[in-house]
Amino acid sequence: MESRHRPGILSVAPTAVRGALRASGPLLALLALTIGFALADSDFATIANLRVILDSAAVPLVLAVGMTFVIRQGSIDLSVEGMMAACSLLFACVVANDRMQVNLGWFGLPAAAALGGVFGLANGLVVTRLRVPSFMATLGMGAIALGAAMLMSGDQPPLIQDPVLRQWGLGQTFGLPNLALAAASCLVVGLFVEQYTRLGRYGYVIGGAEGVARASGLDVDFYKVLGFAFAGLLIGLAAAMESARLGLGHVGIGEGKMLGTITAVVIGGTPLSGGSGSVRGSAVGVLTLAVLANGMVFIGATPDLEKAIQGAIVLVAVVVANWHLRDRLRIVK
Amino acid sequence: MTAVALRAEGLSRRFGETLALREVTLEVRQREVVGVVGENGAGKSTLLKLLAGAIAPDAGQISVRGAAVRWREIRDAADAGIGVMFQEPSLVPGVSVAENILLGHEGPAVRFGIIRWRKLFALAKVSLAKLGIKISPAAVTHSLSFSERQLVAFARALAVEARTREAPIILLDEPTSALDDRDIAAVLRAVEELRMRASVVFVSHRLEEVLRVCDRIYVMKDGQCVAECDARTSTVDALQRLMVGHAMGTDVTREVAASHVEGTVCLEVRQLGRRDEYADVTLAFRYGEVLGLAGAAGSGCEELCRTLFGIDAPQSGTMLLDGQVVTLRDPSDAVGRAIVYVPAERASEGVIGEMSVAANMTLAYLAQFCGRWAIDTRREWDVAELWIRQLRIATPSATARVSDLSGGNQQKVALAKWLVGERPRMLILDHPARGLDVLARRDILAAVRELARDGVCIVILADTLDDLLAVSDTVIVMRDGRISARYSVAGDRPTQQLILEGMV
Repeated sequence: MESRHRPGILSVAPTAVRGALRASGPLLALLALTIGFALADSDFATIANLRVILDSAAVPLVLAVGMTFVIRQGSIDLSVEGMMAACSLLFACVVANDRMQVNLGWFGLPAAAALGGVFGLANGLVVTRLRVPSFMATLGMGAIALGAAMLMSGDQPPLIQDPVLRQWGLGQTFGLPNLALAAASCLVVGLFVEQYTRLGRYGYVIGGAEGVARASGLDVDFYKVLGFAFAGLLIGLAAAMESARLGLGHVGIGEGKMLGTITAVVIGGTPLSGGSGSVRGSAVGVLTLAVLANGMVFIGATPDLEKAIQGAIVLVAVVVANWHLRDRLRIVK
Repeated sequence: MTAVALRAEGLSRRFGETLALREVTLEVRQREVVGVVGENGAGKSTLLKLLAGAIAPDAGQISVRGAAVRWREIRDAADAGIGVMFQEPSLVPGVSVAENILLGHEGPAVRFGIIRWRKLFALAKVSLAKLGIKISPAAVTHSLSFSERQLVAFARALAVEARTREAPIILLDEPTSALDDRDIAAVLRAVEELRMRASVVFVSHRLEEVLRVCDRIYVMKDGQCVAECDARTSTVDALQRLMVGHAMGTDVTREVAASHVEGTVCLEVRQLGRRDEYADVTLAFRYGEVLGLAGAAGSGCEELCRTLFGIDAPQSGTMLLDGQVVTLRDPSDAVGRAIVYVPAERASEGVIGEMSVAANMTLAYLAQFCGRWAIDTRREWDVAELWIRQLRIATPSATARVSDLSGGNQQKVALAKWLVGERPRMLILDHPARGLDVLARRDILAAVRELARDGVCIVILADTLDDLLAVSDTVIVMRDGRISARYSVAGDRPTQQLILEGMV
């Protein structure tokens, strides 16, 4: 029954309206949520609070941009937290700090990104060369990175003493948080890579039909590794941003970030099976989670309740996002 | 005589136990269109895959323009100027038409690692225009209809032209299947035009087409190349005779069948239809009757079976089970109504390789093997032993892992799965003898006849007409989604040729 694999026979081609709705669904949800909170509390929709939301969305956005590439190519990266820890420690130790006599200044940022890139590269190589599923490979790599970070950290986490970097992490430019501006630049880079490079476009191809990609002579493994490395780069950068804000290299800097990132990407319309989705959607997903977390405080929800509600919203979002893929024989794992 | 563009000599290829291709030799000259015809499973697709570098031959040699080649992957063949359109869908659904056409060979559309979309669309547009296809290169592929996707895949095969300085070699596997007349005409016209500048290997089950566009035709049967004909002097009849072979099957497995046809109606379908798949199908499936469906890929046979098993709901028409209108929600609903299905893909859908023979046999009716607290393994084994004897399954024991058995024996286990419990009302067999040797094939077909005698209503899709005629009481022939002929095997005694004519 070869016909089962013919696309389009099972899934009816979307009409223009349906397609447009699907594409803008996450955005509509974000708008609805924002308007809802604004109506519930007049203090929600203020410039000051908007700044808070943007600031809280900055680091998750950088992570989500990278994660989009990984998920879209049909892989997953569970090493976010460990990698962030290692990169945070490295960053804190190579800029002016209370422990080591090095001071790379701004070059601490590319240094942290580079370490993340190396970890990402290792992720990709383990997946493609050793043929370990990315779920396990990145889980393992995350643990290795976390262990390394703990060794680097010791009892006393290194404090960052570079006033310029501290100011970058905490301050604003043109009325916007610096970190949010940095995240926005990452978003622009992500959009460009997605649209105008083979890494971006082949991600869709590999995630959508890896067999076709191989049969077309693509170097699938190369682009997969590149995807992991790109994500790693951004994870390193995100770790540095968070460290600059906190003022120290911290092992627990990535706590909760991994699930939040994957959630944002999925809410934004990238299916975990890969093949579609966009950085733009992931950005909407990140903002949705940021608005949600922020708004919960306004309506007086405790952190515990916030977690539960966030979880419920994620489930709803995933169901809605995958609704059009319902098929009687589709295997869901 | 013009120079040889592509030559294959003594190509053999084995898949597991099946010898899919046996010492096939073929030659394609410059600016020549060569047809390859044969029944399902004759080895046409395997041959094309070998020529395209998608799989490697076990033995034999391929040479391109006189030079021997040994390809490691499809890319090597593409670099040698070979463009392919495979039968299976080979497009990525989520990206644009242009990306699909130029996938992996973007060339001038990528500069300094940056994709130039305008250039990409322009290049794709040229490829599409050559075929006279009016599809936007920017369209997302999954929004296209099936026939449009087929045409894009064709354009993709032709895109090799832009990459090679030599005359390209284009391999087309069923390029016209599932296309309507207008699109078929466009494809055939394009093939005619290709003759001016390329060599083409054209595989199709529509013999008229093959005779029309090809210069020479190779006829394949059972993995071998059995004949080479000149298209100008050959006829559809002659090709059909060669495809079926001279040794017309003798019905070893059947005795009398006519009496069964009088059985009561089990399932009746009226004016059943599904868009792009089949239309206006009215049929009665009777208890005790084996109904064989004959049709090429895309004829709607397989799609119809999917509907009978509740996988795809019909979009029009009604189904009546024992005289009552019925809607099958999904396969488990069908199984609940005792309609069961033995898939062709036994490895992925028929059996669970890691589990034992006994466990595989009982998994669909496990509730019947449960004692008060747990599964009654004693009874499970007894039943397994019984069916191992009945179907002559060659296995060391009931506890052996199914993946260690041969393909034929795995298929028997898949069949036994539906026999250990209560008798099913209706059994749908999807190519039950695919890839089996003569003996295993006969065992399976004998078991099918046995079940029909017990009153089970059986629908069968068979690999060869030999099998179909050997086992069926009634043969329904489908073409392009419609029933084109009906035969009662006992009464009409249809010849294989007659059925083939209904198919193509």
